[in-house]
This record gives sequence, C-alpha cells and structure tokens, in this order.
Amino acid sequence: MTRSNTKTSRQEGSGQDFKESVSNRYRLDRAFTWLVTGASLVGVVVLALLLIDVVKDGSSMLSLEFLTSFPSQVFPENGGIYPALIGSLWLLGLTGLISVPLGLGAAVYLEEYAQDTRINRMIEINISNLAGVPSVIYGLLGLGIFVELLAPVTGGGSVLTGALTLSLLILPVIIVATREALRAIPDSIREGGYALGATQWEVIWSHLLPRALPGALTGIILALSRAVGEAAPILIVGVSLYQTYITRSPFDGYMALPTQIYDWISRPQEVFQNSAAAGIVVAMVVLLLANSFAIWLRSRYQQRS
Amino acid sequence: MSIRVEGTRSEAEAWKRNSRGREARERVIKFFLTACAYLSIFTTVGIVLVLFEETSRFFLKVSPVEFLTSTQWAPPQGEFGVLPLVYGTLMATVIAIAVALPVGLLTAIYLSEYAPVRLRQWLKPALEILAGVPTVVYGYFALTFITPFFRDNLFSGIQSFNAVSAGLIMGVMIIPTVASVSEDAIYAVPLSLREGAYALGATKRETATKVVVPAALSGIVAAVILGISRAIGETMIVTIAMGAQANWLGSPLEGMQAMTAYIVQVVGGETPRGSVTYESIFAVGSTLFLMTLALNLASYWFVRRYRETY
Repeated sequence: MTRSNTKTSRQEGSGQDFKESVSNRYRLDRAFTWLVTGASLVGVVVLALLLIDVVKDGSSMLSLEFLTSFPSQVFPENGGIYPALIGSLWLLGLTGLISVPLGLGAAVYLEEYAQDTRINRMIEINISNLAGVPSVIYGLLGLGIFVELLAPVTGGGSVLTGALTLSLLILPVIIVATREALRAIPDSIREGGYALGATQWEVIWSHLLPRALPGALTGIILALSRAVGEAAPILIVGVSLYQTYITRSPFDGYMALPTQIYDWISRPQEVFQNSAAAGIVVAMVVLLLANSFAIWLRSRYQQRS
Repeated sequence: MSIRVEGTRSEAEAWKRNSRGREARERVIKFFLTACAYLSIFTTVGIVLVLFEETSRFFLKVSPVEFLTSTQWAPPQGEFGVLPLVYGTLMATVIAIAVALPVGLLTAIYLSEYAPVRLRQWLKPALEILAGVPTVVYGYFALTFITPFFRDNLFSGIQSFNAVSAGLIMGVMIIPTVASVSEDAIYAVPLSLREGAYALGATKRETATKVVVPAALSGIVAAVILGISRAIGETMIVTIAMGAQANWLGSPLEGMQAMTAYIVQVVGGETPRGSVTYESIFAVGSTLFLMTLALNLASYWFVRRYRETY
C-alpha cells in the first residue's frame, strides 16, 4: 500500500517540482545539506555541553579523597563515593558472571541448535520484546521475585538481588549481539569441523565461540556499561542510599554510583550538587572508556573479517 | 584442540572410546543451552505474574473504573486516578519526540546519504556513546543547566521542575534510537531507486526526501514508535527534572509526575508491603507495561514489513 501511495504522490508532485528553476532547486539542496549536517551534530554538541557543565560544577569536589571517602551528611564537602564505587564494581562483576554465560548459552541455542518451530519463533519475538521493556518494570520483577519470593536465597535487598535484576535487564542485548556475531561466521567453518568428526558442541566450543567472541564482546561491554549506569531498577530492589560499611559479600547491602548521584541531586544544598557533578564525572570517565574500548574492538574486528 | 589430540591415536580406538561419552555430553550441553533460551520465556511470565498479582490486589481496594477515569491522583488521600500520571508521561514523550523525530531522521539521512565514509565512522560511535550516557546524568543536566537556561532566556515563569526541560533532554537521549533504526531502513532501500531518481533529473535532496525516505517509511515509523516506547519507559530524567507532583492538564512549564517517576519515588519512600500505596506502583507498572508492549509489537510489525519489501 505504501508503495502504490508513494508512486502516485511522486507522479503528482513531479510536475510541480520541475517547474521550479534549477538554480532554486540547487539552492534548496545546499540548505538541506546544511540542515542534515547540523542535525547530525546536535547529539555531539549536547554531549560536549553536558561534559563541560559537569566538569565545571564538579571540579571543586574532584580529588583523590573524593574516590576514597565515605559520603558525609555532616561535612558534605569532605564526602566521597568510595562505597558507591565498590558497590558498582560488585554489581558489574556479579552481573557479568550471571548474564554472560546465560546470554551466550541462549544465543548459541537459538543460532546453532533451534529448529524453526513455533516455540522457538516465540522465544525470538519474546526476546526482542523484552529488550523494549522499561527498566522500572524489571525493577518491579526483581522486587516481586528476588526481594520477596527468593529472600531466603538472595538475602532480600542484597547486591546479589541487584545483579540478578540487572542481568535479566541486559540479557536480551547480549543475546542479540552474540547471535549476530555467530551468524556472521561462514558455514564452511562448521562443515569443516563436522567433516573432521567433531560433534556439534566441539565445533561450537573450539571454532565458533572464539570467532564470535570479539563481536559478542562489544555487545557485552555495551550492555554491562548500561547495567552499571542504571539507577531505576536498583532503586526499586533496595539499593542503599547511605551505608557506613563496604560491601564484602554478595549478600551484603550496597550503594551504587548512579543512585548515589541521584541522592545528591535530590538534595537542595549547593555542595551536594557539586558532589553529584563530581560523581557524574567519575561515572562518565569510566563509561566513556568502556564504551570506546567496545567500539574500538568492534571496528578492529569488522576490518579483519 | 581436543580433535587434534585424538587424531594422534589410532583412529578407530578414538572413536570407540568417545562415542558414548560424547553423546551424553552433547545431550547435557544441549539441555543447558535450551534452558538458557527458555529463561527469556520465564522472565516474561515472571513479569506478567508479578504485575498481575499485585495489581489484582490493588483492584480489590480501588475500582478499575476509578483508576482509569478519575483525574485525581493523591495516594495519601486514597485518590487513585492514573490519568494525571499518564498525562505527565505523555507530555514529556510528546516533547521528546518533537526533538528526536526531526533530529533523528535528518541524522539518519545525513549518515546514509551525505556523510563522507571517514566522518560516518566517527559519528556513528559518537551516537552510540550518547545512547550510553546514564540517564541520571541527563536528569542532572536538565535540572541544573537546561531549566536555568530557559528561566534566564526564554520563560521567566518556568518552575524548577518542569516538563519542557525533561522532555527536551529525553528527546536528545532517544535521538540515537530513532537515528540508528531509521538509518537501517534507509540503508536497505535499493540503490536502483536512487539511480532512477537521478536519471530523471532529481537533485540529491529531492532523491533523499521524495524517493528514499518514502521508500523507507515503514522502518522510520518503527524507529519513531520505538523512540516513543523508550520515552514512555524512561525513568530517571523525569524523576529528577520533572518533579513529583501529579498535575492533570498542567502546562509544560510546570512540574508534573510521570508514571515511572511515581514508581521510583514511592519505593524510595519505603512504603510498607501490603499497603494500597505499595500495590499502586504495580498497578501503574502494569499500565506502563501494556503501553510499551503495544508500541513494541507495533514497531516489530513495521520492521518486518520493510524487511519483506526489499
């Protein structure tokens, strides 16, 4: 339908289009070139403004002590992000340990084993849908399942609960990225393995996974950095906004960078705003490095293949 | 690796020794991998069950008709009409799309039709980094940069929490989504269509806007729907910059509460489990889930359509 519509509108329009003088049309063309170039820079400009703004606001707080001190209500100017930093590292590690094997497993199944059956098609649609479910909904899921139902196993609002919730959130992203990497491997590699008498799993383990890894890794790093930057779901499953100890086991309470930043932002005093900006600078440096590494890895990998 | 080791032994022996163990191992591994894939089904079932359970408890205390039609939202007073929250969410979403649709689409056109290859290699990753900025950071920027900027230069009456700043920044946040999905669609338009247009004497702009974009329309629609769904589900920007006061039919310069913001703000207040307020976050969550689900399915359908066309 769209195509026939397009066709008629083009026919109707064309008569008028060509009535305009050629120089006028080219003038419009130049304007349009400027317009699209400008539009493509909007994002970059906002990103630059944002970085300048937070560095300006946060510079007064940024120091080595900021990284190694506890936040303080009494002397906010001496407060730091140490427990939040450690908590975020815990989240990162546990989320990686949980989501990467599960995501790789699901991707290998869907790409290498699954026949085109109803249930497998359902799984596929389901995964692409899960990728679009808002992160607060995952928070509510975590609240219902990991905090309430599985409290004896997870310890309620522990860092493990946070990591399990974030794992479910990023699984679809990891699965999609790994499947794409697996799909890019030519069938001749698989057939070569089978011809030598290898079983399906031997082919996957020794040939396919190593080859798919760089591509999958890009998706995994982007997904993990998204998980570490998420505040909404862990706010729901019970991240601490203030605690006086460091997280030492998966069953401990935890603080996290984005929620620490959120807590500071929501306080009216100026000094907390500066702390928030300094926290943002730290978070952005870490995430920009991780994302740039992931993107670099992919571009290298794409050049090779 | 293991294959090479086996090759050094007598081949017949290698096959006999292994065949049984290997088959068992293959089955175990396949079982594990299948379980990983089925986990996604359990996740969806889990979401639906959790939302359904608490929402049905909520509806024992508050009538669904009141929830869906009343314009009063004041949980402490027992007023649970969801419309003001929906209004807040939609206000921010409309503003966000007003930014992200034109900018995202023009960016996609630039990337696929205009950008030199080298620049494209830089711009696409930059967009991805934009998509990777944590949303608390955008919230901070909206609250401490955009709102004061508006107050000083454009609207002196703007409130410290308002829908305009939150919506605009949310628009910037979803530019990468709209741009990358529309670019995929534009990229999929066959070269022959462009060449046909050039052969008829169309200029580059005419080709892009009158041939390529219409041909990629269903993909672009999918991109916009996906962007809307992102905006509706976005939480921290609206929580930080748009406020915590439900506001039915308020102006964009005023503060208002979005559905997602309500959920986070109530949980942060340590509401006791079993209270009607606690259950209300699941009712709001269900509303949110159904809205985004409908949009995601619609977007999926549009993407499939353009994939089938070419």
